[in-house]
Amino acid sequence: MGGKVVTISSGKGGVGKTTATANLGISLAGLGKRVVVIDADIGLRNLDVIMGLENRIVYDLVDIVEGRSKLRQAMIKHKKFNDLFLIPAAQTRDKMAVSPDDMVTLTDELRADFDYILIDSPAGIERGFRNALEPADEVLIVTNPEVSAVRDADRIIGLIEAADKGPGKLIINRLKTELVKKGEMLSSDDVFDILGVTIIGIIPEDELVLSASNSGVPVTLNLQSKAGMAFNNVARRVIGEDVPFMNLDKSPGIFQRLVQLLDGR
Amino acid sequence: MQDELIAIKGLNNGLLISLSPTESWQSVTDRLAARIDERAEFYSGADITVELGERPVPKYELSSLKALLERRGLTLSLVRSKSDTTRESAQSLKVPTENRAAAARPPASTLETAPLNSEETGAEGVLFRRTLRSGRTIHSDGHAVVIGDVNPGAKVVAAGDIVVWGKLRGFAHAGASGDESAIICALEMSPSQLRIAGYFAAAPTGKDSGLKPAVARVRDDEIIVERRD
Repeated sequence: MGGKVVTISSGKGGVGKTTATANLGISLAGLGKRVVVIDADIGLRNLDVIMGLENRIVYDLVDIVEGRSKLRQAMIKHKKFNDLFLIPAAQTRDKMAVSPDDMVTLTDELRADFDYILIDSPAGIERGFRNALEPADEVLIVTNPEVSAVRDADRIIGLIEAADKGPGKLIINRLKTELVKKGEMLSSDDVFDILGVTIIGIIPEDELVLSASNSGVPVTLNLQSKAGMAFNNVARRVIGEDVPFMNLDKSPGIFQRLVQLLDGR
Repeated sequence: MQDELIAIKGLNNGLLISLSPTESWQSVTDRLAARIDERAEFYSGADITVELGERPVPKYELSSLKALLERRGLTLSLVRSKSDTTRESAQSLKVPTENRAAAARPPASTLETAPLNSEETGAEGVLFRRTLRSGRTIHSDGHAVVIGDVNPGAKVVAAGDIVVWGKLRGFAHAGASGDESAIICALEMSPSQLRIAGYFAAAPTGKDSGLKPAVARVRDDEIIVERRD
């Protein structure tokens, strides 16, 4: 059946779905895969902004579904990668403009030409999420290490299981090791303890992500960024490589060690 | 107790008494009378099916058996026999008959052969063998068993008891139709809220309080949680 459809979902908004989708798309393209990313967040599109392709949009997902545009016409090629394309969401319509069946038809057409079809799911559990879930072969759930995001991720995993799409795999985004150490943030183990699904990525908090998103150059292109490296590792795990998790602990400097010693820790 | 002369089993609608087809009629009926008298109260009022196998039982013998049962408050409602003589005897006593031996064919359901002293014969219930995630609910008119965790935001409601073979971190309501004797058990008891019948309890406080197997029940008008370590 050719390419694989991977849906990126979360339940809660603002946890980093779109950032994750953009970075995975770029990383997979960097690994030599043919990739198309679809923004399924109709009415609230922003995958195009994060990927720096906003001003190239002519047609969108709804135009394809309603027959105003051919599939190829609406696909926007990335500036840097020739095998990376974006299908943007419509900004002026709502999620009801597309049905789950439309998404299956669309992705089935894309499977022949691409290795990976990434779908950026909107937040929530309604139609937009159903649209993104229906064609999925695999679902990645993005969550933050905080109680409300984990609760929503759990809800989403329940719905994914109910739709027979497997429990999915987890990306824990914006982990702050210092806060975890102080017991002020859930650790990845805490998150796993509640959700009980495989963790495919742990992305550390990284200020570079914000500036990267604003400039339309996803952080995974920045070799200085730990978050970028972590996203790259997720992409390699998606294609089946066995990549160990990075050590997010900065080794403490001599001064901190001295303080710890004096503290008797 | 293995009894070669007679066997008594529970049926859906009464008792099945099988009498040995080979031992003397006198010894069989004496033993039967003795067995019933041992637990007279328990057997009283039951409908009796008698299983006689191949033995040809003349009318007067069957009549005395019927009288023996009736004196003890039991009703002979069916005679099972492979013998024409026995069935004719029963018919003349206006007792319905069935031409078969119980042992000759497998029981229609396990219920039919459930031992007399079984605690429950087929109470309704729900068994869920996965983690119950946020937003999902289980409703049971009987008991509810979850083999897995009940996550925060998930809900289990049962008219009977609730057993969680895992972590109970969500909402559980046992005895939902008013049974105050219902209990809730979990391997890790850290629920967001417990309810038993009309009683409420919030999550136990203290960091490790929920980390042990525990049973919740109503005692003295409140829900108490007993740890079982």
